[in-house]
Amino acid sequence: MQTLTEKLLARASQRDHVKPGDIVVVAPDVVLSHDNTVAIAAIFRQLPQEKVRFPERLAITLDHAVPPPTPAHARNHARIREFVREQGIKNFFEVGRGICHQVLCEEGIVGPGMTLLGADSHSPHYGWLGAFSAGIGRSEVAALWATGQLWLRVPETISITLAGALRTGVTAKDLTLSLIGKLSSAGANYMAVEFDGAGLAGLSSDSRAVLTNMMAEMGAKNACMAPDAVTWHWLRETLRRTRPHDHEERLEFFRDHALHPDPEARHAARHTVDLREIEPMVSCPHRVDNALPLSALGQTAVDVGFIGTCTNGRLEDIAAAADVLRGRRLRKRLLVIPASSLVLRDAAETGYISDLIEAGATIGTPGCGPCMGVHMGALAPGEICISSANRNFRGRMGQPEAEIYLSSPAVVAASCLAGKLTHPADLLDESQARG
Amino acid sequence: MITTTHRVWKYGADVNTDVIFPGKYTYTIDSDPAELARHALEDLDPGFASAVSPGDVIVAGSNWGNGSSREQAVTCLQAAGVHAVIASSFARIYFRNAINSGLLVIECPAIVEAVDSGDTIELDLEAAAIHFAGRTYLFPKLPDQVRAIVEAGGIIAYLKQQT
Repeated sequence: MQTLTEKLLARASQRDHVKPGDIVVVAPDVVLSHDNTVAIAAIFRQLPQEKVRFPERLAITLDHAVPPPTPAHARNHARIREFVREQGIKNFFEVGRGICHQVLCEEGIVGPGMTLLGADSHSPHYGWLGAFSAGIGRSEVAALWATGQLWLRVPETISITLAGALRTGVTAKDLTLSLIGKLSSAGANYMAVEFDGAGLAGLSSDSRAVLTNMMAEMGAKNACMAPDAVTWHWLRETLRRTRPHDHEERLEFFRDHALHPDPEARHAARHTVDLREIEPMVSCPHRVDNALPLSALGQTAVDVGFIGTCTNGRLEDIAAAADVLRGRRLRKRLLVIPASSLVLRDAAETGYISDLIEAGATIGTPGCGPCMGVHMGALAPGEICISSANRNFRGRMGQPEAEIYLSSPAVVAASCLAGKLTHPADLLDESQARG
Repeated sequence: MITTTHRVWKYGADVNTDVIFPGKYTYTIDSDPAELARHALEDLDPGFASAVSPGDVIVAGSNWGNGSSREQAVTCLQAAGVHAVIASSFARIYFRNAINSGLLVIECPAIVEAVDSGDTIELDLEAAAIHFAGRTYLFPKLPDQVRAIVEAGGIIAYLKQQT
């Protein structure tokens, strides 16, 4: 009897069975790096071998500082292109294609039953497709390039069963902030988190990615869920667009590879969450687990908003912001950065981008944007930002004297309209009161 | 019995990698030890980088190093001469990065309660023990496969030994 995580790790380590605490040597299907590839290559060059052992397993995106904000960043990108050529790496995605985690899902590089290790802390992301994926460090990635293998400890699993449905105006982001607030930023440290239940079946593909992505902020090694009809629908529709020549074969490969947890698998802890009870939530400075209901925050002024990132930069998120902003005029600056070029294209074709621009928002190049303070929206001392990203640590957006609040994209949009932390439902009230 | 003596820098719980080594430097500062050391703990304790001495240890509460996977949050401390980080617990990726870079990481909640900045502790790795103020605090040893990596000086040094 094994959890989904245990089954995935058993496969990746070519074993019949694994249990929590086992140290296993896994051979991941995909090894991810991004703008940090040059730094990893410098470590790799300390080893005697010149060539990456399995170049077909590497996936590299340029996303963390795109387009390059300084000549130093541009040189970094140029060196990555050189490395990609020299090593014959096919899965390379240029500036503007989008954030690694979104792009690798869209391109069908990772799917059900597969394993990814990535030099990025939000690597648990891919679990929404039924994959095992975890973040590792740069030296470990260099070791993986050389050998194709790495040691992992099989984690204990926390089970989170979702019941009911989210109320209107409440999102998967609110669910994750509520969970992290309750269980703390170390609540799943060294552990796996697995989602299931009737409430999960009702969540969209875009929302599911928020769940697994944000479990990084609870310390989780990985987070995952078994693929279902929603997963297969998303894969079918997306791969048809990104892989016109082999989407059917790829889908069949994923179907053959998909794994499901045993119903009687053992968990270290079990939680049941009634989605009807989740409220709109905000994480206050300077910790993600400093999460409070928006209704408890009163009058909190904001200077600037940011919608984007691997956590909340998908079409559903941009649609939510456009629905709030349509026909209105922003009082505060709002930066919107789609998670990928595919998201940007869909958001343009559906008219959401026009809605945002007419309201006064700024649209950025698909990528990580100002999430980690490199560029394109760094904060000034004393500024207060409301953001749909995943971290609000001191200095995260480049300035230790700034404050970052985290919320769903709709709350970011409403707050930039009102100039203070605001739920979209309260904007309606205001206009009715005026009318 | 071989013991080594270390001065303590004490910090609280949940210290994240953004305050250990700010994200704005991650793609431009990487291998120059002097540059790495200059920004160590910049947004947590601005006085640290100029006052730390080789051999000092950091003692902190639970979940040290949560957040980003950036390895400079480990290597900046090595560059600054930090001998070990002793904490109640570590964030997962930080723990792996430390092992794979050859930085000594010790999980020992009891000593965290006992010491303060400026105290001096004695470390006995063979016995997996810390001595302070007449008391001994034991900590768990790492699994053999993992200890081999630390003892080699990190995963790259370990792989070099293997080839």
